[in-house]
Amino acid sequence: MSKPESELHDPGTTTRERELEKVDPPIGWDGQTLQEMLDEGEQRLEETGRYQGLDELELKENDPFKYEQMYSRLRGALVSARETALHVSASPIVREIGELCFQIYTPEGDSVAVSTGIIVHVHTGSLAIKYMIEQDYEHNRGIQPGDVFCNNDNDLGNVHTTDVHTFVPIFYDDELVAWADGVTHEIDIGGMTRGHDQVASTNRHEDGLYATCEKIGEDDKLYQDWRDRGQRGVRTPMYWDLDEKCRLAGCHMIREAIHEMIDEVGVELFKDFLYEAVEEGRQIMESRVKERMFPGTYREAGFHPIQWEDKAWQPGAQQNMMNHLPIEMTIDGEGGMELDMEGATPPGPHPFNCAKGSMEGALWVYLTQSILHDGKVNDGAHYAVDTNYPEGTVVNPQDPELSYHTPWLTIFPTYLAVSRALSSGFFSRGFREEVVTGYGEPCDALQGGGKLMDSLADAIPDALGDYWPVGPFDFSCQGLGASAVRDGLDYGYAMFNPEADLGDVEEWEQTQWGLIQLARRVKPNTAGHGKYRGGSGWEGLHTIMGSEDVSLYALSIPTVTWSGAGMSGGYPGGTSYSVRAHDTDLARRTVTDEPYPLDDMPHHGRIEEQIEAEEIIRDQDGMFFPEQFENYDLLRYQTSGGPGWGDPLDRPLEKVKEDIEEDIFTPDVVEEVYGVVGEYDAENREFTVDRPATAERREEIREERAERTQSFEEFFDEERARVRKGDWNDGVQYMYEGVFETSEEWAQDFREFWDLSDGYSP
Amino acid sequence: MTDLEQARVESLIDGELSWNELRNEVLPDPKDPDRFEKTRAVLQERVDWDDPILVPLNDHLYVVGTDEGRVIRTDCGEDLCDAGENWKRSCQVFVREDEDEFEELYEEYMHVDPDWAFELREWYCPECYQLLDVDAVPVGYPVLTPFEPDIDTFYEEWQGRPAPDREGDQAAD
Repeated sequence: MSKPESELHDPGTTTRERELEKVDPPIGWDGQTLQEMLDEGEQRLEETGRYQGLDELELKENDPFKYEQMYSRLRGALVSARETALHVSASPIVREIGELCFQIYTPEGDSVAVSTGIIVHVHTGSLAIKYMIEQDYEHNRGIQPGDVFCNNDNDLGNVHTTDVHTFVPIFYDDELVAWADGVTHEIDIGGMTRGHDQVASTNRHEDGLYATCEKIGEDDKLYQDWRDRGQRGVRTPMYWDLDEKCRLAGCHMIREAIHEMIDEVGVELFKDFLYEAVEEGRQIMESRVKERMFPGTYREAGFHPIQWEDKAWQPGAQQNMMNHLPIEMTIDGEGGMELDMEGATPPGPHPFNCAKGSMEGALWVYLTQSILHDGKVNDGAHYAVDTNYPEGTVVNPQDPELSYHTPWLTIFPTYLAVSRALSSGFFSRGFREEVVTGYGEPCDALQGGGKLMDSLADAIPDALGDYWPVGPFDFSCQGLGASAVRDGLDYGYAMFNPEADLGDVEEWEQTQWGLIQLARRVKPNTAGHGKYRGGSGWEGLHTIMGSEDVSLYALSIPTVTWSGAGMSGGYPGGTSYSVRAHDTDLARRTVTDEPYPLDDMPHHGRIEEQIEAEEIIRDQDGMFFPEQFENYDLLRYQTSGGPGWGDPLDRPLEKVKEDIEEDIFTPDVVEEVYGVVGEYDAENREFTVDRPATAERREEIREERAERTQSFEEFFDEERARVRKGDWNDGVQYMYEGVFETSEEWAQDFREFWDLSDGYSP
Repeated sequence: MTDLEQARVESLIDGELSWNELRNEVLPDPKDPDRFEKTRAVLQERVDWDDPILVPLNDHLYVVGTDEGRVIRTDCGEDLCDAGENWKRSCQVFVREDEDEFEELYEEYMHVDPDWAFELREWYCPECYQLLDVDAVPVGYPVLTPFEPDIDTFYEEWQGRPAPDREGDQAAD
């Protein structure tokens, strides 16, 4: 049932004016079903190790100009769709920060190209498409020209629940030639509390609105019932509606561009191109590994503490937990990379459970920033890396009942460890400039929402509504880790999005009407120490005005422990903490022009000393659950610094001087850690190094090292005794117990290391 | 393609290049294919021994070929262990785990909650007390071997030559 080419592909005809004729299955290439295409592709890959069994990239070799032109044109269409479609949205997350991306897939669901933006989705949409194929949507649900599908179910292909995908199948004549996918980060999808990365949910039923590879429209129009569900199921229906239109508009732009491309080059050449582009992506990944890494085995681990004994709302979650996120990375002689997480903890009653697809998506976003940044980023790279995210663990639970709302808190510590492993390889190979010791972990520092008081809502005619959500994305500017040749980037990096952007305060205040930002300042002593220090984090202070029914919470790591270390003698950055002040005298201070807090310095200038309040809560844990806030209450939060590289005593004096003068470190910390002594004129921001005293202090620190340290044997005996007694807290007990239940292999390695009997268990 | 002269590699190792130089001259792809050898030559020149450096592991640690086999050596010349072993087992270690010890490095509230049984393990050269590595782990965590390089695969299959400590073996063959 092919359509006349003049009708379908007339450049003068817009999509809306076309008649979208139905197509009978099979809809795959050359009379195949999609399942047959998927099965054959997987078989060829298994037999040859190459995508679709391609021995040679014929198009690329015979006509490289056309091949590169087609790739550029495809990617250009994706970027163009993103840049245009984001203006359809109204959410600052999408419009201001650009938390969206578009990608194109083969009919089997393999990513070919991706736009700029949150490229963590280069692979996740792939899993959703493959799910639809394996569930035989082709015959059962139907896949037709003009159809629209939606997924945000992490268990089937997504990163976190508030990332919402729109899929559009692209037909040419009566064949499905590709899929377009657009994804945006929603500020709210319902759920048990306000916010887009919840802290309180412990199971699926508390996560909010799920679309599980759902058909949500046909003939290029969304179903009425789907739109009604969205409007009634989320707290910010306008953002939901406009973001959905943004995704759909972008997908339709991509469809137009592909139709035009096929009209020019012919459908057979287009098909060849899709497969070659994926295989080239696979080959690029292998060659990059051989170019930059050193073969061998790398081992690292990440940790995520959850201090919920006195905080969680649900009985089953009221415990301290620690997630264990080990990685073993092997580079073989062919340039193949294997990433194994054997020994990860089991999933738990928290929103940090991370589906396999989410882990894979995060792997791609990290690889594209560390090793693949000039290559063709697609699922070819996926096929070049062999991963093991063990089933039944927090990194691959295989249990849709769990909460998957905030898997980033599992992802960040894991890829901190991956970062150190990759960097060891770069260093050994001589590429010191590519070393990155890690990053400050960009969590959603503040979330929640409130309602404008009637009097204020009336006074602001263009207010977006009485309800205002809190979801600022300024936390996407954290400190980057040091490299082996320079300091880390200060307050300017986010692991999940290589285009990190702080955004404008004013832009956020246009949405968060009742949440006023009082100050933003560099937060001293957040950067990880080292010969090259990590990038610094910053601190913010908010108050509430003109509002009621306000609840806010903070999601933050590192909190009560670090997630990982620095490298080569460098240290991790400072951990976060929380301060909030209730029932304050801020209103009086604003009238009488008295000073009010702009920051919090634990040693001098605490918030407690700068404002009167009925209650000030100061907690070493930067994470707290939703609590009520009144007008003129204060809330402080901070972003984190990156880890350092190298022995701090190797840091040049002039760099330490700059650190003090730029508020990266305070003089007391500098003297203790770097052994640099001098006088600081804070008013003129000038530090004068006392060189003789510095030489003396550095020598003193070296002598202290000799005096304080112990031999490995002494350390081993002491630590082993603690292992035998289980001398650790209940969160660490949770971790060891869980790992021993999940992985006999890791348990046996543990027993062997500490020379324990086979019967030992924590 | 980047193609750094030997002197520029020395400057890179010494951290002397500005961001503009790094961004425009060092970071771009593809990388100079002989960077490994250039780096190895600079490092070899700077140490006081003649045994060949096979793999630099970090700022002060190398895998070195000797007549008695491959060892892990610090740049002050201290041999920690055989190349296949965990070098941290030969280090002096300081375990930092209480509040006072953390607050030598971090401000109050900006370090591990002491209730969490979490440690900073600092690994020092037993000869010169250079800080070689810092681990941040819970109590009882095994001491991982961070990197086991496959040296012969690298030299023979990726570089197309025997490892520097095996060159004589090949000549004898």
